[in-house]
Amino acid sequence: MTLAKKKAMTAYLFLAIPLVFFLGVRFGPMSYAMVRSTTDWSLLRNTNEFLALENFKAVLGDPVFMKALVNTIHYAILGAPLVIILSLAIALLLNRITMGRSFFRLVYILPYITPIVAVSWVWRWMYQSPPLGIINALFSALGLPAMDFLLSPDQALHSILAVNVWVEIGYCVTIFLAGIQTIPMDCIEAARIDGANGRQVLFKIVLPLLMPITLFLAIMQGIQFLRIFTPVYNMSTQGMGGPLDSTKSAALYIYQTAFTKFELGRAAAASLFLFALIMTVTLIQLKLFDKKATNGEVA
Amino acid sequence: MKGFRKVGLALVVLLILAAQAASAAPVTITYWQYFYQSKVDLVDELIKQFEAKNPDIKVDHVTFPYESYNQKVAASIPAGEGPDVINLYSGWLPMYVKANYIQQLPQADFSDAYMKSTYFPFVMDAVKFGGKLYAAPTAVRTLALIWNKKLFREAGLDPEKPPKTLDELAAFARRLSKYDAQGNLIQAGLAMQPNGQGHSWLRDVLFRQFGGAPYDTTGRRVAYDSAQGVAALQWYMDRIQKDKVGYPNFMTDDVTAFKAQKSAMTIDGSFRIGTFKALPDLDWGVTELPSHNGIQSNFASFWTHAIVTGVKGKELEASIKFLKFITSAEAMEMWLAKVGELPANPKIAEAHKNDQYVNAFMKGLAYAHSTIFVDEAGQRTVFVDMIDEVNLKGTKVDVALRAAAAKEQKILDDFWK
Repeated sequence: MTLAKKKAMTAYLFLAIPLVFFLGVRFGPMSYAMVRSTTDWSLLRNTNEFLALENFKAVLGDPVFMKALVNTIHYAILGAPLVIILSLAIALLLNRITMGRSFFRLVYILPYITPIVAVSWVWRWMYQSPPLGIINALFSALGLPAMDFLLSPDQALHSILAVNVWVEIGYCVTIFLAGIQTIPMDCIEAARIDGANGRQVLFKIVLPLLMPITLFLAIMQGIQFLRIFTPVYNMSTQGMGGPLDSTKSAALYIYQTAFTKFELGRAAAASLFLFALIMTVTLIQLKLFDKKATNGEVA
Repeated sequence: MKGFRKVGLALVVLLILAAQAASAAPVTITYWQYFYQSKVDLVDELIKQFEAKNPDIKVDHVTFPYESYNQKVAASIPAGEGPDVINLYSGWLPMYVKANYIQQLPQADFSDAYMKSTYFPFVMDAVKFGGKLYAAPTAVRTLALIWNKKLFREAGLDPEKPPKTLDELAAFARRLSKYDAQGNLIQAGLAMQPNGQGHSWLRDVLFRQFGGAPYDTTGRRVAYDSAQGVAALQWYMDRIQKDKVGYPNFMTDDVTAFKAQKSAMTIDGSFRIGTFKALPDLDWGVTELPSHNGIQSNFASFWTHAIVTGVKGKELEASIKFLKFITSAEAMEMWLAKVGELPANPKIAEAHKNDQYVNAFMKGLAYAHSTIFVDEAGQRTVFVDMIDEVNLKGTKVDVALRAAAAKEQKILDDFWK
């Protein structure tokens, strides 16, 4: 055996351990769920009948699942771009200041490192109607009418979304800042000497160079919002995703189907739909951004 | 060789001794309930007494949070790893029986005659399924009107005279409500919380008081989709929308609002006695639910104990003994003293009718109904959503009621098919 081969063998050996873990903990249960999604698997019955595509039909025919799916897309379409744009803007601003830089960084990262359950409950209290909620107390002091926030089917989804955006910004700002600092200063200086203004520097140099990081964050945030569960569960009454299912996400629908209705087969079918959705969105993002990332390369 | 033989003999002797010890060893059974501090403490004490009386039986007491209780049950019992005796909500019984979690109680120990002489009549309807008896409770609960005497005084009302009819209730609630400069409700005259006890008040009380019924006599067909049903729901919605005396989730929920003295009246169960007694600043009273058209009604429910499927032999014998013990007269007395829930035996309950708190809830038992839920959480959600539809989306009362009736009928049909 040559030395190179030996080295490769060692590498494989080390890779094998996480692979076993990955197969056992990820692929095992996943394939099991796929198989069981075609059965009437329920914790309330002792049966294991093959149903073919019945569960998938039932899930697609359930207006609540459709509503949850639309909500989920709503969360992702609004949430992910908002997080990316806001955190990029904040990171660029943070990069300019010199005084109190670490203080501001800490302020932005704090929501992200706070447990999301705690964040959700604090916001739930702040969103309360009079005489409880601090936001409505402020409105009241200014003579403005009170807002229903989480109690309104029109406002609840956006109220939860805003909290999740606020949380995720902390993470994205940190990554963007690290990315900005890897941009070689000589590139920017050279451009300046050639007469480029601030806008040109931003759009022709900084943003294109940040493209790989933006791609990474866009995919991660897309997935994050498509899987949204914890804030919805904790900010809606009795974790129902209400009022009137207006905040229910696909992940919460799956959870309720599996663990309050105990219809595990049906929940597995629903989770495959969510899996397909996340997969599709991620592939589209990869395709779209990959082109831009290579096209936008600075010569 | 001799040495080996000695060792062999010693081993045999040891084995025989061990076998004897095993046969004399106490039987261990496991009891499950959800975590509610006063009930956990009480059952611990009952187990101690039971073990003292039955030295050959040991009882393990295991609790889980309410939210994950049914998950635990669903995951453990089919796998044969669950308890021997289990505590469950009366509304869950059909589901538990259908899922084959619990077994029929032996006729020898729990005969029809015994059950009839021991329990309130409505208990019998709720612990039987398909003509077979599956569970026995210790305590029962009803609803009552609870009011804040201090807020009554502030509003110029006699703190010792709670409303007696629905019309009075509405008038009192209007007087007790307070608003800020923008017109926001800051003190609820009456808590309107359908996801608490509100859905039961509407289902088993208001529908009947307006001349209707929630279900037909079989309990399998929804019957509130009627003119009377519409009138009842309209009355309920008028309190929220027209009078604005309260709304769902005001101050997060009815219990929080009442505890914070931001809600002057609330409709809640007897298990709340302990909760409110613990607040020294709260000056409160409790009375029968208001009547309407001369009709009184109430909703009774309970947590009950059952023996899990697959328990047999010595464990079954021990489980039956334990079940008999925790449903005994002594246990009922202790339950009332420690938890506040009413004894499930009318004779024992009768002895406590001088206690003002107990009395109001007890009176309700005389005319209480007990809906047999097949999917308690699902059926509750139907009512919560119905009220939200009218309140938040402006759906007409009759339209929302018809839609809810159809949804609940589907739940019932899916269960009984």
